Amino acid sequence: MESIKLHYDVSGVDFTRAGAASGDVKRVLKQLGVSPVTTRNVAVAMYEAEINMVIHAGGGEIDVEITEDAIRMVLQDHGPGIENVELAMKEGYSTAPDNIRSLGFGAGMGLPNIKKYSDEFRLETELGVGTTLYLTVYMK
Amino acid sequence: MKIKDIIEILDAEIMCRDDLLEQELHTACGSDMMSDVLAFVKEQAVLLTGLVNPQVVRTAEMMDMHCIVFVRGKRPRLDMIELAEDRDMVMLCTGLEMFTACGKLYEAGLRGGSGK
Repeated sequence: MESIKLHYDVSGVDFTRAGAASGDVKRVLKQLGVSPVTTRNVAVAMYEAEINMVIHAGGGEIDVEITEDAIRMVLQDHGPGIENVELAMKEGYSTAPDNIRSLGFGAGMGLPNIKKYSDEFRLETELGVGTTLYLTVYMK
Repeated sequence: MKIKDIIEILDAEIMCRDDLLEQELHTACGSDMMSDVLAFVKEQAVLLTGLVNPQVVRTAEMMDMHCIVFVRGKRPRLDMIELAEDRDMVMLCTGLEMFTACGKLYEAGLRGGSGK
């Protein structure tokens, strides 16, 4: 299989559109015949990251590469950066405002969920510059 | 349990995909917090929620769910119905509260994804 590359611009203003990129990738993987477990792991990890981008960073960009052995995702934003990564990785810790909680998110499960569903997880963040997530899910 | 059984048990109204009511489902999950739904990968076929926004449909999509039930008489907006329709999901509305709706389905044999 030749590698497939996908690119998405995620709007930071339209919360209702959040998840459209993840849904699209999920459909592509399904069409390619990727296993349901792998497809769901990619979909959930990417969806939580996409929601994070919209909630915290005013949107961003997502690049996805699908190869024979893995799906690699790079999610980059130019938001405020994460002040305390260790805290942000803790289940239940959230800096999301109340209006986000009323939308069903902001429970402090985003980053822990993303890590749980990824086989490789790397987070780079710089205050005032932005955050980039590098995620890999192996084909299973 | 078939989706048409859920409709009868919850006295629910069908919002979309009445062509998929014969689907056999065994598991469900009730939550207003989508992050919690996403946190536990289990085979959950039905999502009961009192939350009304497009992210409910997105969450169900990511988790391969087949049916969404809005409780407490909540009504989905048209854009949500269209999204569910496109993703092959049945959308239902019931006037029952979350606790009662979950209890009735449990009593009728539907279980949480862990099988307990």
